[in-house]
Amino acid sequence: MAQTNIDTALFAKLDEYIDGLHSKQGALIPVLHEAQRIFEYLPIEVQNHIAQKLDIPASKIYGVVTFYSFFTMTKKGKYKISVCMGTPCFVRGADKVLAKFEKDLGVKAGTTSEDGMYSIDALRCVGACGLAPVVIVNGKVYGRIEDKDVEGVIEDFIAGEGESA
Amino acid sequence: MNPTRLQILICGGTGCISSGCLDVETALVKSLENHGMTDEVTILKVGCFGFCEQGPIVKVYPDNTFYVRVEAKDMEEIVESHLLKGKPVERLLFKDPETSVRYTHHRDMPFYASQARLALMHCGVVDPEKITDYFGVDGYKALAVAVTEQKPKDVIDIVKDSGIRGRGGAGFPSGIKWEAAYNVQSDKKYVVCNADEGDPGAFMDRSILEGDPHAVIEAMAICAYAIGADEGVVYVRAEYPLAINRFKIACAQAREYGLLGKNIFGTDFNFDITIDLGAGAFVCGEETALLNSVEGQRGEPRIKPPFPAAVGLWGKPTIINNVETLVNIPQILLKGADWFKSFGAENNSGTKVFALAGKINNVGLVEVPMGITLRDVVYKIGGGIRGGKKFKAIQTGGPSGGCISEKGLDTQVTFENLQKAGSMMGSGGMIVMDETDCMVDIAKFYLEFTVEESCGKCTPCRVGNTRMYEILERITKGHGTEDDITELRNLGETIKATSLCGLGNSAPNPVLSTLDNFMDEYLAHVHEKRCPSGKCKDLVKYVIVPEKCIACTLCKRVCPVDCIIGERKVIHEIDQERCIKCGACVDKCPKDAIITE
Repeated sequence: MAQTNIDTALFAKLDEYIDGLHSKQGALIPVLHEAQRIFEYLPIEVQNHIAQKLDIPASKIYGVVTFYSFFTMTKKGKYKISVCMGTPCFVRGADKVLAKFEKDLGVKAGTTSEDGMYSIDALRCVGACGLAPVVIVNGKVYGRIEDKDVEGVIEDFIAGEGESA
Repeated sequence: MNPTRLQILICGGTGCISSGCLDVETALVKSLENHGMTDEVTILKVGCFGFCEQGPIVKVYPDNTFYVRVEAKDMEEIVESHLLKGKPVERLLFKDPETSVRYTHHRDMPFYASQARLALMHCGVVDPEKITDYFGVDGYKALAVAVTEQKPKDVIDIVKDSGIRGRGGAGFPSGIKWEAAYNVQSDKKYVVCNADEGDPGAFMDRSILEGDPHAVIEAMAICAYAIGADEGVVYVRAEYPLAINRFKIACAQAREYGLLGKNIFGTDFNFDITIDLGAGAFVCGEETALLNSVEGQRGEPRIKPPFPAAVGLWGKPTIINNVETLVNIPQILLKGADWFKSFGAENNSGTKVFALAGKINNVGLVEVPMGITLRDVVYKIGGGIRGGKKFKAIQTGGPSGGCISEKGLDTQVTFENLQKAGSMMGSGGMIVMDETDCMVDIAKFYLEFTVEESCGKCTPCRVGNTRMYEILERITKGHGTEDDITELRNLGETIKATSLCGLGNSAPNPVLSTLDNFMDEYLAHVHEKRCPSGKCKDLVKYVIVPEKCIACTLCKRVCPVDCIIGERKVIHEIDQERCIKCGACVDKCPKDAIITE
């Protein structure tokens, strides 16, 4: 089994979690959550590893990973931009905000830029509807964003990164 | 509960955290330190007050002053003026945008006046991370009385008598469901709390979990006692980290006090709860899909019957109740079925929590007695439409519900009435749309969501909804025909009748209800190739009104495709062939000379 480019220490971390489970019955989804927390995504190598550990067919794991939108098989960018596309955000213009991010960063929603810097996702609903439209970048919430504010948001999160670095 | 002279309540719901309440708290702590008042004031981070539009919200006790849109820099003034000198800070009180009246107490505000808070009773009152706060409002008393003094059947009878119906959307009487599970003999039974709140724009379950987690634990324990279960599962969206964390804290505290675990209240009743995280699949809000997901499978629904009350989690009898349903249970046991029935309408006792959002002035979480009219919700509580625009539609039930037009505004909110109006109660999303929203576009938006979230197990939902979406796309691009409209209705009705689960059965509702209530908009798209509200890009044309144009070249400079012809002192014109209809020029024009046709 090829485990190229992935740190073996991370696999050890995952094994520790799996070995600590009380029961393996119904454990697949919690294990996938943990794996995604550790690896940031769920490539085939990780899925195969889990298949062996839990004694579940790899095909079944693939079926579960691709079923749930929370699980991803591609690595996200350094800046994870999520535009809420819940109805309240949509009716207040979130579609335009999303389009503006896609245009300014040259990345389509659901993908990551080639240099690994930016990924854009359309989020379902964060429930901060009083602030609609809402954009979240690496956990920071930007509220009441219109398409004309997008450039400012991009400047802000890049500058914010500089401060903390 | 707290012996200090003053208490300051800061809303710690997700909405207020997003608008900066944590900075407000830090500033308050610092300001109190500066004035040497740390010991005189208790700071409580409470659950959602509901008035999210005006967040962060800060409340001062004992005089019950309600401050809105508070920023960190305001805290010094609140401490100096209000806490020290007893003079409330006028400018931070809520000001009614229409009457300009400022309100000190939340009870007097029109937003709160028509509400009745039962499910949200403790939200914004107790500190959700302190079990002792919950004890202070009779917390766990209903459970104590139930397990020590009442028989399971007595509990079920009270719940049945209260008439409470499932708040997750379908409205099935909870007591009858409990009784069914009670009647099944089994060595093992489960109680599941459905907190997989997937409706875009609905956040009542999250707010309850964040603001009053102990009430959910107590209710689950009561249900377990009534049906004879000893294990509970909370299935909650992974997107709700704060709710998950607070619920975990609450469970740990309940265990510490012996309210979860073995021999609860010294009886032979055992019960404990585990938390399962969803993984972003809307269909998992459907109860049998949820069970599959808890078992580690793809969240595809099961065929019913058998119903989960007979064959549920791991094949055992299981009660699945929604968060909002559960949170009402302890109060029903404490105060009696008649008390609960004194709220609401016939066959629709109690209240319903709605997440009011969209083009409305007062976005927030509202709890209203059943039977209130939609008009009252929109105008009295919601404060009317934003920006003085005209009301067009109100959407309830999320992607499973429908759009109700102006003529349905006097509908009284009950499970049956909303269904008759072509919508449904749903879990409680309530989104207001104004004259600038295109209803065909909205129908397409919801259908796109359903197509993406359809699990693919049954054909009507998987294929049918995709076909409907394609038709809507054709119509919004100006290629639709009248046959398409007929086909939409046929498909919609077939999908409703033949899909396997609730998702498919209700997916066509946004389309069917807009066909019923806004046919003129569909016809304008089809016959005149025109979008009356200017939302459908392919059908609008941006033109410059020569009489208004001052030839300033501002629009020309902002155009991303350089399709505006003209220069300084030469009236501008848009080359329609090359225009991508981005609207950038409209925003830039200082004279509003660019209009859509």
